[in-house]
Amino acid sequence: MSEGIDEDLRRELQQQGVWVSSMQELYNWGRKNSIWPLQFGLACCAIEMIATAASRYDIARFGGEVFRPSPRQADLMIVAGTVTKKMAPQIVRLYNQMADPKYVIAMGACAISGGPFKQGYNVLKGIDRYIPVDVYIPGCPPRPEALLHAFMELQRKIDEQKLSGANKAAHLDREQPSEFPVPAFGKHDLEPPANSNLFHPPAIERA
Amino acid sequence: MEGLEQIKARTEAAVPGAIVEIVQNASPSQQHSLKIDNEHAHDVAKWLHDDPALRLDFCSNVTGVDWLDRTVKKTVKVKKVVDGEEKEVSETTEEKIPGYIEVVYHLYSMTHKHGPVIIRMRTADRAAGARLPSLTPIWRSAEFQEREIFDLYGVRFDGHPDLRRILMWDEFEDYPMRKDYREPDDYEYEPTPHDDVLERAKRYYTPRPQIDGAESIVAPLNS
Amino acid sequence: MSATIETIEAMERPPVSMGSRLEGELLEVSMGPQHPSTHGVFRMNVALEGEIVRKLKPVFGYLHRNHEKIGENVSYLGSMPYTDRLDYFCSMTNNWAYALSVEKLAGIEVPERAEYLRVILAELTRLQNHASLLGFLLNDMGAWGTPLMYAFREREKILDLFESLSGSRMMCDYMRFGGCRVDASPEWLAHARKIVDRFPRFVEELGQLIVGNEVEIARTQNVGNVSPELAVSAGITGPMLRACGVNYDVRKVDGYGFYPRFKFRIPLGEHGDTYDRLMMRVLEMGESVGILKQAFEQIPAGPIINPKVKIRAFRPPVGEAYGRIEAPKGELGFYLISEGGPNPYRYRVRPPSFINLTILEDMCLGHTVADVMVILGSVDIVMGEVDR
Repeated sequence: MSEGIDEDLRRELQQQGVWVSSMQELYNWGRKNSIWPLQFGLACCAIEMIATAASRYDIARFGGEVFRPSPRQADLMIVAGTVTKKMAPQIVRLYNQMADPKYVIAMGACAISGGPFKQGYNVLKGIDRYIPVDVYIPGCPPRPEALLHAFMELQRKIDEQKLSGANKAAHLDREQPSEFPVPAFGKHDLEPPANSNLFHPPAIERA
Repeated sequence: MEGLEQIKARTEAAVPGAIVEIVQNASPSQQHSLKIDNEHAHDVAKWLHDDPALRLDFCSNVTGVDWLDRTVKKTVKVKKVVDGEEKEVSETTEEKIPGYIEVVYHLYSMTHKHGPVIIRMRTADRAAGARLPSLTPIWRSAEFQEREIFDLYGVRFDGHPDLRRILMWDEFEDYPMRKDYREPDDYEYEPTPHDDVLERAKRYYTPRPQIDGAESIVAPLNS
Repeated sequence: MSATIETIEAMERPPVSMGSRLEGELLEVSMGPQHPSTHGVFRMNVALEGEIVRKLKPVFGYLHRNHEKIGENVSYLGSMPYTDRLDYFCSMTNNWAYALSVEKLAGIEVPERAEYLRVILAELTRLQNHASLLGFLLNDMGAWGTPLMYAFREREKILDLFESLSGSRMMCDYMRFGGCRVDASPEWLAHARKIVDRFPRFVEELGQLIVGNEVEIARTQNVGNVSPELAVSAGITGPMLRACGVNYDVRKVDGYGFYPRFKFRIPLGEHGDTYDRLMMRVLEMGESVGILKQAFEQIPAGPIINPKVKIRAFRPPVGEAYGRIEAPKGELGFYLISEGGPNPYRYRVRPPSFINLTILEDMCLGHTVADVMVILGSVDIVMGEVDR
């Protein structure tokens, strides 16, 4: 799946017992099959996340068995549940403490956009206001199969990341930030209400 | 368990100076309540807790209710002189009831397994005078719930051991559950806005008269 | 866990002396809101002297989703899906408590078959809630997920039942004012009966893991003792109250639903410690199986909803009502004030987990940090309910 190696040549060599790969393939294969999620659940979606990790919908077959409680040791943060404004600074701090390369899955309607609790004075309308999100899973709560599907989407996304070139992966690019500013508690709301570098709500264009 | 009239009579006898009123409840649930005055609330509550016949030792629920200023219209027939003749005319008078914040306690008894006895306390007004005596020294279960009423309604409880915000962060300054609370303006894109959402949308985005329909259609749809 | 120095101003430092020449200081640690064992986003500011807890202040609000304000802005029926998300393990009992309060407010009667269905689903919810709680508690104690896998295995069987009946595993939204939404077919009842008949084997298996286990006994006996007077005064309800020896179960006291028709006992504890709270849940699972068997025998045919209730344009009369049930975690109550409109004027949830946490500090003082997690696990909190 990488550029540069001719598929026919690869097949012919394999028939002779020689296996050819590229650094990028190997690197991505190792990373995508051993994602360690952060043991971090907020609300109801967390229970479906635990059910996914339980024996019926086993997430261990995809490599995500080891849920690490410490952010320093985790690769993936599954934001499962409603993000409140009181909790938002802690989530951004946790994200900053994770080591690169790191990924975020926004699980459930609440993490995507505030969900059913959108009309709320304490509900943050989507975690992508402060940290970048890789995969969004709609649902309230999404079934464990949906979380597994998202996991596989993330694996596909990791597989397509490039090691060099103009659009290389974010963690290898010195220009891309790996830590984001933590919002502060204001008198009526969080300050700032969203990170303007990250959060771009769709603009309506007049034809 | 005895009826509310009897409880009211015995309370007024046991705690001198206490003013207890019965507040009727019109719904089929028949859960009428007693309104007690703020000065003697502590003594009344202690009597309700200690009295051997009632023994209301379990405070199940403490609720805050915000009542805004209301005007109640009353229509009365009055004799008036109109065009030289005496006629009966109906006059409407408006009575202004100032707003207050009410705290309702639902009390049960675990010893006698009866209940509920519902008591209410009202603040003087919704602004600076929103102070009430705390019943935490009598029922410990009121501790967190009174803190929550302080956090969300702004009622200060005198005598509470630890009155601070419980659900919102400490720097927060509003009282969100009040009826006149306005949320911070945080509009996001809505694909089909209508009613008050449309009003807010117009402030953020240029209007699309053909789709939103709030303004007159300038050009035909398929031109 | 991170150590913060500028935690609560109210924390004074009592003089600490360990012998005549040694002096110490209190270490203030903030446990949470992200912690492997805290049942959701819950934070405790703990002042430690070595390993012993000297002061503990819980901090809530990290999941405050203003459920009560939303309740004022949506109609009565519109609040039903929000009640699912209060105590997200037990959505059926939350729905029942809310439906009961509205039925009290408006004076609605419920047909017989609907009441039996409600009892069946509530007891199934109780079974899976207690099983999950035991799994989580043993996980917190360091059993690293194995009991949790067993508990979730049983839970998945019950969730399959819920899904085939109401369409969703967790957020069922099943009760309506005056009955239930969907009727249970005879096949569903037969399947449920089979699962309930096999459940005592799981309880036995769990009993073998817990009851005689040395580590379990050493870690839970005499840890977090609560006296009955303190429990009653602090408004504790549910298995935590009955572990202290106070015989108060809303199913027996209020007799809501058709519970007076079923024969079941109320297990009571003696010491009020963590071991008693654990055993309460194990014994209650046994009693629930008994109630379910009786309900399966007695359930009649008939309508499942009161036809006189207008579901969509529902406007109850002016007034107020407080309705409560025995949820698996304690007494769950809803207090509704209606002004005759389509929305309630005041919608209040009486959350059992929130009030059960009042005495957390009293229970943990003098114990070690490791005991704090065990005590917190036995209180059985769910943050969706605590913060609403």
